[in-house]
Amino acid sequence: MSDVVEKTLTALPSLLSLDSQPGTGKLSGTSKLGNLIRNIAELTSKHDEEKLIKKELAAIKEHVSSPNTTLRQMKEIMVRMIYCEMLGYEASFGYIHAIKLAQQGSLLEKRVGYLAVSLFLNESHELLLLLVNTVLKDLQSTNLIEVCMALTVTSQIFPKDMIPAVLPLVEDKLQHSKEIIRRKAVLALYKFYLIAPNQVQHIHDKFRKALCDKDPDVMAASLHIYGQMIKENPEGYKDLTESFVTILKQVVGGKLPVEFNYHSVPAPWLQIQLLRILALLGKDDQSTSELMYDVLDESVRRAEINHNMTYAILFECVKTVYTIYPKSDLLEKAAKCIGKFVLSPKINLKYLGLKALTYVIQQDPNLALQHQMTIIECLDHSDPIVKRETLELLYRITNGQNVTVIVEKMLDFLRQSKDEYTTIDLVGKVAELAEKYPFTDNNEWFIQTMNIVLSVGGDVMQPDIPNNFLRLLAEGFENETEDHQLRLHAVNSYLSLLEKDNVHVPQRFLQVISWVLGEYFFLKAETKPEVVLDKLGRLLDQSFVTSETKGWIIAAITKLSSHTVCPNTVAEVAQKYTTSLDTVLRQHAFELKHLNEDRDLIRRVLPLDASCEDIEVDTSLSFLDGFVADALGRGAAPYKPHHQRQEELSQEKALNYEPYGLSLPVSLSSCSITGRQSPTGLSLSSGLSGNSTEMGPKGGSNSLKLEGVRNVWGKEGYLPQKETTAEGTLQVLPGHEGPGTEESAMENASLQPDLASPTIPEEDQEKQQLASSLFVGLGSHNTLCLMGKSENTSQRFRRKTNKTQESSNASEKFSDSSISSRSTVESLMDNNILENTSSEQETELTTLNQSSNQASEFQDSTTPDGLLNGGEREKQDMSSDPSGQAPSLFTGGDMVILQPSCAAAENEQPPATRPPPSLPTELSQLAHSGVQGLCSNESIAVSACKIYKDDSVVLVVFITNKSTSAIKDIIVRFAPTELKVSESTSHGFPLLEGQNTANCQCSVLMEKPCAQGALVGSIAYQAEPEKSSELQFSLAFALADFIRPLTISTEEYGKLWLAFSNDVKQNLKLLSDAKDPLTATLNALKETLQLHIVDIIGTEGIVACQLLPAIPCLLHCRINTGMLAVWLRSPSPDLPDCLLYQCQKAIQKL
Amino acid sequence: MMQFMLLFSRQGKLRLQKWYVPLSDKEKKKITRELVQTVLARKPKMCSFLEWRDLKIVYKRYASLYFCCAIEDQDNELITLEIIHRYVELLDKYFGSVCELDIIFNFEKAYFILDEFLLGGEAQETSKKNVLKAIEQADLLQEEAETPRSVLEEIGLT
Repeated sequence: MSDVVEKTLTALPSLLSLDSQPGTGKLSGTSKLGNLIRNIAELTSKHDEEKLIKKELAAIKEHVSSPNTTLRQMKEIMVRMIYCEMLGYEASFGYIHAIKLAQQGSLLEKRVGYLAVSLFLNESHELLLLLVNTVLKDLQSTNLIEVCMALTVTSQIFPKDMIPAVLPLVEDKLQHSKEIIRRKAVLALYKFYLIAPNQVQHIHDKFRKALCDKDPDVMAASLHIYGQMIKENPEGYKDLTESFVTILKQVVGGKLPVEFNYHSVPAPWLQIQLLRILALLGKDDQSTSELMYDVLDESVRRAEINHNMTYAILFECVKTVYTIYPKSDLLEKAAKCIGKFVLSPKINLKYLGLKALTYVIQQDPNLALQHQMTIIECLDHSDPIVKRETLELLYRITNGQNVTVIVEKMLDFLRQSKDEYTTIDLVGKVAELAEKYPFTDNNEWFIQTMNIVLSVGGDVMQPDIPNNFLRLLAEGFENETEDHQLRLHAVNSYLSLLEKDNVHVPQRFLQVISWVLGEYFFLKAETKPEVVLDKLGRLLDQSFVTSETKGWIIAAITKLSSHTVCPNTVAEVAQKYTTSLDTVLRQHAFELKHLNEDRDLIRRVLPLDASCEDIEVDTSLSFLDGFVADALGRGAAPYKPHHQRQEELSQEKALNYEPYGLSLPVSLSSCSITGRQSPTGLSLSSGLSGNSTEMGPKGGSNSLKLEGVRNVWGKEGYLPQKETTAEGTLQVLPGHEGPGTEESAMENASLQPDLASPTIPEEDQEKQQLASSLFVGLGSHNTLCLMGKSENTSQRFRRKTNKTQESSNASEKFSDSSISSRSTVESLMDNNILENTSSEQETELTTLNQSSNQASEFQDSTTPDGLLNGGEREKQDMSSDPSGQAPSLFTGGDMVILQPSCAAAENEQPPATRPPPSLPTELSQLAHSGVQGLCSNESIAVSACKIYKDDSVVLVVFITNKSTSAIKDIIVRFAPTELKVSESTSHGFPLLEGQNTANCQCSVLMEKPCAQGALVGSIAYQAEPEKSSELQFSLAFALADFIRPLTISTEEYGKLWLAFSNDVKQNLKLLSDAKDPLTATLNALKETLQLHIVDIIGTEGIVACQLLPAIPCLLHCRINTGMLAVWLRSPSPDLPDCLLYQCQKAIQKL
Repeated sequence: MMQFMLLFSRQGKLRLQKWYVPLSDKEKKKITRELVQTVLARKPKMCSFLEWRDLKIVYKRYASLYFCCAIEDQDNELITLEIIHRYVELLDKYFGSVCELDIIFNFEKAYFILDEFLLGGEAQETSKKNVLKAIEQADLLQEEAETPRSVLEEIGLT
């Protein structure tokens, strides 16, 4: 601080004396501003500065409000105000005066006024409206400078709503004779396009005119608009490709006037802008890309001078070449360019080289091999930014063989990094890699890595990291012993962690620890549960533990206490927290207390190792029917849906009690724990499923990466002869490599195979070792599998993601019903408590249907289409009971791969492992659900599959004869419910041979809209002569099954909207974390519910859909104070209500 | 598109700030504080680019003054470095061998030059000659307007 003050002070006299000289004459050293600046510079403390500026601002305030202050003085004052604001002191009282100055001042005062406005205010400031008139006036001025100023301020800040007022004037300026005016007008339109694209939609042809402007600057300005428009819709501007190519050709060829050169590079800004546009146009488009190959080649060739600007162009070229449809010789040249960057001694270029490598590595992993020495060096670079980028690069080339080394490097970096943003990002990546390759080294590695992730990532990391980890741990992989080992390691490491006194562990980690200990303490037989209990109990008393974490701990204690008799600790905990001020904790404590009093119940409710068992939930809350009936009987008012209440309230103009509505789910949750469930909303399914071994051999995809690599790189990954050459360079230039040496070394490497030198210094040997461990498994042969991240994932990982998706579905479905307002810890807890009820339920149903191997399944009412069915099928597996149902054959997505039936093997197999029947080929192409068992007994099995056609829902019913003898006179009948089966309600089969499957199809319609309905039916048959049997079945359908997009135009929408009378309004949650919440939310709804988004205009969106066969429903969505206000209209009185419910559920799931 | 440009001294004193995205004053102050700290902590041989939040920071030091720009992910770092350089060239030409003090005492002029060079976060005029021509024209008017006015004022006020 002091030395600059000194410098300033010593410089001042000379400044003052120079005052009269030209050039420095512009220094207003004697002005009031000068005085202010000098006074501030003399001060030594922040406090004094504050005092001085407060004083200054007070004086300014007095001045500006005095009527005697001239505009000229005002201009001077304004500059001082800008200065104070820059120092961080607010001078908002002066904003209005800035606007006044811009309005009333002469040119020079106006200039300062406009500057002050653009610095003080931002787009949304209300005072800005007052500027509109001034801008309008100046735009019409005959003085060029005034017009320029007005355009400049317009392209910096302008209120969105007032654009229509100035638009015609700005448009006019596109024809102005002066290029500077035309240029600024184009930039103002660019600004308008950015903040309100709809406003300038009608002048697209004028943009084209600007693109053809004879002045290169105007044309260059129009490229900003085109860049933006093409980014949003590349398809719409393919016809311009040739024009852009021609322009670029001219620029590269030096056809522009010399004044556009920048250090003898022709118009570099223009070049880069054009290259970026070409990349957008040529992406995934071969024919368009072909148009630009020549000019790209020329750009690369011409960019030869060793100047930053040339490198900037080269970098952009490389990006473009790798973005558009590939051409091999261009790629080769681009790769060479990347080499220039990577091998450059300049740190900036090296860094960008790494970035480029990161960008292209997925397409061309060999490039990483070429530059492995540089990469290794950068990994230990003193600049953390370079290091960080290197890790990013390594992250992209991670495979099963190098993951441990790479993760270790990332963890090293994490331990040193203090930047929160980096930590969050890197922790996420480490967790992702660890989960992707959990058994790479050994089981311990995974747990230890995750331990570091959890302790370093602490409470800043993404919340899904601990959730995924627990899910992975609970669901396990494919090998029971490995799963067991993994969990045991986790328990061991957590116990030893808690061993230490005063450990400070992040809350999230503590939550993970308590969950794992609660769930898997029994795996460590040598430690008594009492010891674990004691440890958890002590943790509870720690002051740094938040009450959320305490909830997890008490949940763990509850689980532990179900398998031990340790009344003291448990009773103490229960007693202590029953008086807690935190309601969640209190609830936990009461649960613990009551469960502890009933040892029988607690064991049933909290069985060992049951976190993955499925739970059925009665969403219709029908167990409350009796309660409701009682209440109604006593004269209570019938329940009205939320929106109905709202409407009535608004009609009555009564008080709005909205906030109190929130307490409802909480009170329900406690009911659901004790209440019994009714079969409503449940459907039956036999777990017809394939076998998990069909998933392909474990790790099969990993082994691919080894092939072919060995020939070139050997197991060491790094050839010794190359090492010597590279090492030689290193000795000459420690820390840097000469450009090109690395490359030539590469070429030599294969030619001189026996040049291995024994004199490799140790340090380099280390590097080479590191190189071999990092780049193992990379090579030309696995280019394909490295192309994209998703292809890179192993089979095992894929399976995991499906499970993940599934279980999140499950838990959300679960929370829908009762505990939506509570956190994960409670749902985990309730999970177990409820389990008992559900298994009871299962038994009940089983008896009802006289079959032994049925797993009941909670049919979610929002099952919308094929997309979710992967998850659903998986869930069926999860619920499989120990009677030997194997997991289904299932790969995810909406296609269920069905196993061709194999009659010979079936005899020996238990019925449950029978592969599901396959769909007729013409139907299997359509979106469809998984095949779901409906009912079965020892001789016959019925299953069904929903086909979602565009105009109907077709139900295919499969009847499988499980016995070896023929079954006669099979008749399938459907009973009338809210769902209507068209054509005929019964289908008959005179004869079905043993071990055969027949199917019948019928289309199903929802006659009256309802959230969900069950299709009830029966099957009658004669297995033995003269003895007919009958089985009942039911299948749940959700409204979403019958919803299809309604493709209409905005105009048609407008007409329909007015024609419909039944409407419902409600506020829904908005996906607020997305960049564009409205679009994100609507797209999510579109995905899950098959809606058609008609249009999105600003903060409003209109959406249309229809209920089959043809009942339209229109949605009007608007962002309203952070919520999505939805207004539904339809000719059907019930449809809006039901659809709204589906939307709510869909959003809750996201 | 450039998000913002900051000029600050080696002591961390802000000398110029231009925001091309609407942010609240509080956010601006926070960003400025964080960035100034981060950039000043970096050693001279380190690279001129930073990943910071979801932005890329490009900075360069000229004598005692740091020029620091924030750009978006798809933007080109090197050309941003040249934008900074071109701006310095413009300042240099206008002030005649520019130093930090020129910018401190005439920051409004520095703003005028910046506005003529960059508009709405994009380079609008890349020809050095044209930028200075536009500025000089406006300055010329200023001087013309100033002379008679100051005479009048002197008469009127004193």
